[in-house]
Amino acid sequence: MRPEELLHSTPQGLYSPAGDFFIDPTRLVPRALITHGHSDHARAGHGAVMATRQTLDIMAIRYGEGFAGATQAAEYGKRVELNGVGVTFHPAGHILGSAQIALDHKGCTIVASGDYKPGADPTALPFEPIRCTIFISEATFGLPVFRHPDPTEETAKLTDSLALFPERAHLVGAYALGKAQRVMALLRAAGHDRPILIHGAMERLTGYYQSQGIPLGDIRLAREVKPAELAGSVVICPPSAMTDVWSRRFPDPVTAFASGWMRIRARARQNGVELPLIISDHADWDDLQDAILATGCEELWVTHGQEDALVHWALLAGLRARPLHMVGYGEEEAETTAAPDTAAPETPEAQP
Amino acid sequence: MNRFAALLDRLAYEPRRNGKIRLIADYFAHTPDPERGFALAALTGALSFRNAKPGLIRQLISERTDPVLFALSYDYVGDLSETVALMWPAPHGLNHTEPPPLSAIVHAFTHMGKAELPAVLASLLDRLDETGRWALLKLITGGLRIGVSARLAKTAVAALGERTPDEIELVWPGLEPPYEALFAWAEGRGERPETDDPAPFRPVMLSHPLEDTDFENLDPAQFRAEWKWDGIRIQAARGAGADGRHVTRLYSRTGEDISGAFPDLAGALAFDGAVDGELLILSEGRVQSFNVLQQRLNRKVVSPKLIMEFPAHIRAYDLLFEAGEDLRDLPFDARRARLEALIAAHPQDGRIDLSPIVSFESWDDLAAARADPASHGAGDDAEAVEGVMLKRADSFYVPGRPKGPWWKWKRDPHSVDAVLMYAQRGHGKRSSFYSDYTFGVWTGATSGEGELVPVGKAYFGFTDAELMEIDRFVRRNTVNRFGPVREVVHTATEGLVLEVAFEGLARSTRHRSGLAMRFPRIARLRWDKPPGEADRLETLERMIGDEGRAPRRPSLVLGKQQPAEEA
Repeated sequence: MRPEELLHSTPQGLYSPAGDFFIDPTRLVPRALITHGHSDHARAGHGAVMATRQTLDIMAIRYGEGFAGATQAAEYGKRVELNGVGVTFHPAGHILGSAQIALDHKGCTIVASGDYKPGADPTALPFEPIRCTIFISEATFGLPVFRHPDPTEETAKLTDSLALFPERAHLVGAYALGKAQRVMALLRAAGHDRPILIHGAMERLTGYYQSQGIPLGDIRLAREVKPAELAGSVVICPPSAMTDVWSRRFPDPVTAFASGWMRIRARARQNGVELPLIISDHADWDDLQDAILATGCEELWVTHGQEDALVHWALLAGLRARPLHMVGYGEEEAETTAAPDTAAPETPEAQP
Repeated sequence: MNRFAALLDRLAYEPRRNGKIRLIADYFAHTPDPERGFALAALTGALSFRNAKPGLIRQLISERTDPVLFALSYDYVGDLSETVALMWPAPHGLNHTEPPPLSAIVHAFTHMGKAELPAVLASLLDRLDETGRWALLKLITGGLRIGVSARLAKTAVAALGERTPDEIELVWPGLEPPYEALFAWAEGRGERPETDDPAPFRPVMLSHPLEDTDFENLDPAQFRAEWKWDGIRIQAARGAGADGRHVTRLYSRTGEDISGAFPDLAGALAFDGAVDGELLILSEGRVQSFNVLQQRLNRKVVSPKLIMEFPAHIRAYDLLFEAGEDLRDLPFDARRARLEALIAAHPQDGRIDLSPIVSFESWDDLAAARADPASHGAGDDAEAVEGVMLKRADSFYVPGRPKGPWWKWKRDPHSVDAVLMYAQRGHGKRSSFYSDYTFGVWTGATSGEGELVPVGKAYFGFTDAELMEIDRFVRRNTVNRFGPVREVVHTATEGLVLEVAFEGLARSTRHRSGLAMRFPRIARLRWDKPPGEADRLETLERMIGDEGRAPRRPSLVLGKQQPAEEA
């Protein structure tokens, strides 16, 4: 059997002819398997959706209970069959509930990893390399200039700045799902025990993380805090809110931004970021190589990001490799303060 | 080096001018001599390391990394020093040794032979972290580009004590790193440093662009008008040194000494003082276009042939100093009278002349002159006129850009609606975004018919927010890839229309359309406009007809800023 009969790319996303379902489709389809809850991967309105329980919960929070015609919760590590195609969800380490989806059929195994990150993260189950014939990887940070530093060192930059400017609020731009909660957890691990203030757009998602047993400490809505208490506090908001009217309530804030893109100076400067925090939920250049090699795959397909460089590396490493040139992904990491769309509050009550 | 690297790193992220001044002043206050002096030299561009070329850095990185991955990374990051700093495969364990101080690095790179350079640089890169590597590479290649001008660094020196930035500017010429006397004076511990430079640079006075709404507040009787020449702002300083011999220097408007590029001009001047004017190329008494002037810029070797073909010339419009007397506190009219006398007394060899005063009674008169310089006194030189300058008759010569005394009133730019066809990633500030755009217009008899042919390329004019929008559009609408270039959808119904402003049009074989735009920039994004309604080639061709006298703009040359940064 040709692997393309098990899975291939289409304008709507990855499609399995054998199983008749899509993975992370960018347009509405009858049957979708969803790797994780970021809006570029998880869209509302599909006929039937299969995802982890937490991803389904996150979709319901973002889109409302009726986000799909039918839903089915996938358990990590438990194989089910869809039209004869074996489907197993495995932890991807990207955000809460994120999964790689392994398909097996007639001796061929393809792993669609969605977005993933090896390494420790208290807010997500750790990434597991899955043995496969074909590994499908993203390449958001697929260039050798991207080597993410230790996140605890980056967090120390923030706590050091808090000590240096105790009179200024520290506004941290972070994607509302995943990155924001990870920054909270990192701050707690660094011993920061003051209340952390948040933008209304991340209230429900943060509450959901806490309900799933992830301790984030005292989290409060920024709009409910008296101006006098803002001094020296950490305020986490979607990047788009940093240049918004919303941010004007903070006098002379230090503007920080938590993203893997902060590695590139021009990116930080373009966004007027004073305190770049290189904290990423994606694999960096070394992580990508380690993760790909750990799967023992014979072939690599690259979905989005810096596919040219990763494919070049894979060919040098003796793998078959090709880019899928998929569009519509990467919005969550590509997002910047000047592009206020993907992080805009998605539910009316999330307006600050 | 670590402290200096940390300063550059923080400066690179500090958007506010006052914040930058505070950071630099704080560094000066807490860093001993001579370290801070070399940092000041680096920030003011006073250091140059002839042998540390980008080529050497490329060679070092190519010995250590895969060439394809380097090329892709450089294309993405858009900055050689930063790419190398991030990609450099540092050996483990060496970072524990303290790297040498800035002064030692400056000394080493100034005195080292070319042969030793690669090994010394590589060993320093091995010992520095990412920030240190970036700062070192920026330092030795001479392009800090962290949004700090020499003026800003001098302002930070002034902030150490009671001095004003202009006082620092006045003593600056002739001072050398590590500026210990300057710091002592700025901190109130020492005497004012004396400069013995007989031909120092005096900071220039700049103008503000005039908006239509400004006129109602301005009285024409209080102003003098001159042509705004499309050359290079130049200051010619000449004086006798201690040994009685005359020294002549030509400075760009930022104080860069460019005498070496114009030995013919420097040798022909015979006054004693400082003249402010425009550097132009004259041929048979006629001012040549800026394109001709560009032939003489950025040349490593100035050959006799080049000098013969493109003789340099100063069109003078102000006199700042004469025979030891500072004229800057005199009103414009008085300085003008002194300038006219100086030019009249100067040997008539065609190297320096007066920029004429344009007479006018009302703003309407001046508007007419600006629209048609040829018949208002500029004659054959009208091609080199890009507008008019307005100077208050009573204005003193004030360094910097004071608002009110001087105005520039440029000729109106043209604009067309064109369709985005190709995009490429930018460099520098725009790096990692698709920010270089090739755009085209329709060849057919009506818009939307025929095909789109490229008519130009623009890489500025848009806001940061617009950049994000176009970048997203490019990524989502790529139909083809040619190496780093992406072709984006451009049909009559799908695509992005850009309103492109430009200064002029010329015939060119570079684009298939046979046209080339001068100084094109993105004026507006027309999301509202279907590509089928964009302009036609024929419309542009008609514009060439009345384009004979159009002004032309350079790219970045000798302190002439791109308007994108001026804004």
